Amino acid sequence: MTIDWLQMLFGRLSLDALPSDIVTIGGAAMGVFGLLFIVGLITVTKRWRWLWRTWLTSLDPKKIGVMYIIVSGVMLLRGLADVVMLRAQQALFATGMDSPIGSDLFQQVFSAHGTIMIFFVAMGVIFGLINLIVPLQIGARDVAFPLLNSISFWLFFAGMALMNVSLIIGEFSAAGWLAYPPLSTLEYSPGTGVDYWIWALQIAGIGSLLSGVNFLVTIFTMRRKGMTLMKMPIFVWSVVGSMALVVFAFPILTATLGMLTLDRTLDTNFFTSDMGGNPMMYVNLIWAWGHPEVYILILPAFGAFSEIVPVFSRKRLFGYTSMVWAIMAITVLSFTVWLHHFFTMGAGANVNAFFGIMTMIIAVPTGVKVFNWLFTMFRGRISFKTPMLWFMGFIVTFTIGGVTGVLMAVPGIDFQVHNSLFLVAHFHNMIIGGVLFGAFAALAYWWPKFTGFRLHEGLGVAAFWSWLVGFVLAFAPLYILGLMGAVRRLDSYDASLGWQGLFVVAGVGVTFILLGVFFQVLQLAYSIWKRKELACDHDPWNGRTLEWATSTPVAEYNFATMEAVNDRDEYWETKYSRKRRNHPKYSDVLVPKNSGFGVYVSSAVVVMGFAIVWHMWLIAAIALIVTIVLAICVGLRENVERVITAKQVAESEKKLWKGAGA
Amino acid sequence: MSSVAETPEQKHLLSKTTIGFWLYLMTDCLLFATLFATFAVLRGATAGGPDGAEIYEMPVVLAETIILLTSSFTCGMALLGMMAKNTKQVLWSLVATFLLGLAFVVIEVAEFAKLIAEGHGPQASAFLSAFFTLVGTHGLHVSVGLLWLIIIGVLIWKRGLTSKLTRSLTLFALFWHFLDLIWIFVFTVVYLMGVVV
Repeated sequence: MTIDWLQMLFGRLSLDALPSDIVTIGGAAMGVFGLLFIVGLITVTKRWRWLWRTWLTSLDPKKIGVMYIIVSGVMLLRGLADVVMLRAQQALFATGMDSPIGSDLFQQVFSAHGTIMIFFVAMGVIFGLINLIVPLQIGARDVAFPLLNSISFWLFFAGMALMNVSLIIGEFSAAGWLAYPPLSTLEYSPGTGVDYWIWALQIAGIGSLLSGVNFLVTIFTMRRKGMTLMKMPIFVWSVVGSMALVVFAFPILTATLGMLTLDRTLDTNFFTSDMGGNPMMYVNLIWAWGHPEVYILILPAFGAFSEIVPVFSRKRLFGYTSMVWAIMAITVLSFTVWLHHFFTMGAGANVNAFFGIMTMIIAVPTGVKVFNWLFTMFRGRISFKTPMLWFMGFIVTFTIGGVTGVLMAVPGIDFQVHNSLFLVAHFHNMIIGGVLFGAFAALAYWWPKFTGFRLHEGLGVAAFWSWLVGFVLAFAPLYILGLMGAVRRLDSYDASLGWQGLFVVAGVGVTFILLGVFFQVLQLAYSIWKRKELACDHDPWNGRTLEWATSTPVAEYNFATMEAVNDRDEYWETKYSRKRRNHPKYSDVLVPKNSGFGVYVSSAVVVMGFAIVWHMWLIAAIALIVTIVLAICVGLRENVERVITAKQVAESEKKLWKGAGA
Repeated sequence: MSSVAETPEQKHLLSKTTIGFWLYLMTDCLLFATLFATFAVLRGATAGGPDGAEIYEMPVVLAETIILLTSSFTCGMALLGMMAKNTKQVLWSLVATFLLGLAFVVIEVAEFAKLIAEGHGPQASAFLSAFFTLVGTHGLHVSVGLLWLIIIGVLIWKRGLTSKLTRSLTLFALFWHFLDLIWIFVFTVVYLMGVVV
């Protein structure tokens, strides 16, 4: 009996789970020491209480947004470390030299790179921006469900934590970023890697799903009086599209991962290669989520560019209505193209033709957006500040990526380049050139709103050029290699193929990208150091939408008064119209009290995920019960708000506006 | 429902929560849609084992259906009681709903246990994996509903029909009717079509 209990407690966990190869030990050591360093720093400076009260338990979407972006930034560094290993292997060791990165580790690294970049970098930064900007742009004081928002963030954090634990205890999945079966079934991946992957994504995914519901309700019920749907800033429209996709696509991911979990833990046969299992069903389902996911990421980036271009061109956005229709068209069409990820499955010519044509059609609304941006710039008074530079980089790289995408939408061509480096180059064009450049532009653009100082322009420009040059050098060779027949996820090739030169060029590109990241980190540090000199008022770019109307730094209650909105570019209109505002009349404001439930739920869920991965059934059951009890407590909470009185609002407004030098 | 909300703020909150809950139900609908699609693809993949017609016990399934539909009716009675501010009617209807729901879950578990004992467990074939997962996910939802029902029932019993509890009860009723709707599809797609085809 004793042995049985030990089994229930520790499952398959033993000391063998610690890393043994030098590269993983290095990575794990860096992670552990980094964490210890931060914990030590907080302890020495006695900041725990402050951290808990002002950040971890805060329900203020502005703070939650910042926490998302910090997590995302740290994960970007980890994803980059992975890519350095991949390209080093391909450029230096692939032709037979002894490599520190073995085949098995190489597989773990490319799986980690994809998973982390999509789920914990791109999703993180997008949700961070949405939290920061959406309530301000719709003129609201909060989101619809503040505690749910905090829980969403902490579930995202929990998923991230679980994913990184696998670096230290156990292994990463070696089945690619989407874990196709039968490779990801128990038969071919008996280790813990795929289980870690499943639970990290499942937990973070449920967080995203809750966020999607939260922001849709926020946008539909909490807009300022007078802001009809067609007067919403275009970024908000893009978030409507993106969150609608979250709500419709993430349940598919939840169910699909659930079935893979059952296959791996209860020996069911959904996706196995015998007993009637159907691996292609998994591939269909995962892309029925996965393709909308691409648009979940790119739509808010489009939205951010649609805010930036008019501001830096000093013109109204060209074709607002067509922009809205384009967003909605993309939202709907993105559910009709998933099969183009596996034309080679053999669904038949007619099916492939349908999905090929739909894929070409979805490029049309995207093209509409590109022309709208260009026409917005046409005869504008353009100032090429960093956000605008990122836009210029985006429009070039994204268009190239779009064209290669339409090329691959032709099933006949896709058969040639399927799973090749050509494809890898294509989707990096979309995700780096689109999502990441969009995020960088948005961060540079909205940074001063929340901090009261700009980011250093020169270092921003240096970062942009390093990224752009690095990007072209890193991915142009992959298009060529792909056409030459190099497949993705390749850790060795024959020297006689003559590929090494191009791989070396790609490697050089990566070093330029690293240089860009170095400039970005430097820019952050330098700007914070010189914040007095870079200080600016609440409206540094001569903005057009409501977020620029309020004070900087933004008060907890966002807006002191809630005047009705009359125009699409509401702030621009009030700024330049003759009528001055009357002396403002303040009233009491309700804001949500802090709550630790996000942290508690997240801790319970991490323990549960970890316990299930290692088959520690006793601990898993306890953690599950704790999670359910916590959920009930969340439902039973009362007295969740506190009042900021009109007098306090008046005092805080006086202080905030004086500080900004208005 | 406007009679329930006392202040404009509460009314607003009511609408926010209700819209949010509808959206949640839609996500749940998508979750079931995924499981239905998988079941539809895998229903013929019996790997030499039994197909639906051989293992379904239609009288039992019919009983389950009638029980769950009746529970939806009693749940509706609870809501009517709530609107009439009749706490007693609410409580009795909730007790009836709970007992019917519990009976449904017990029958389902018994059905599953019997199948597993006969060697037709979820591991036996892809069809059975899909069958157990689809029907079981619905059963899991009903069980969660029962837990929710206990909490709401006890609180209404202790505190009466406060505005917060009326809101919860309204949402619970949405959830319960939704599960009923899903069951209609399970009954049709899994059982009826399984026997006929």
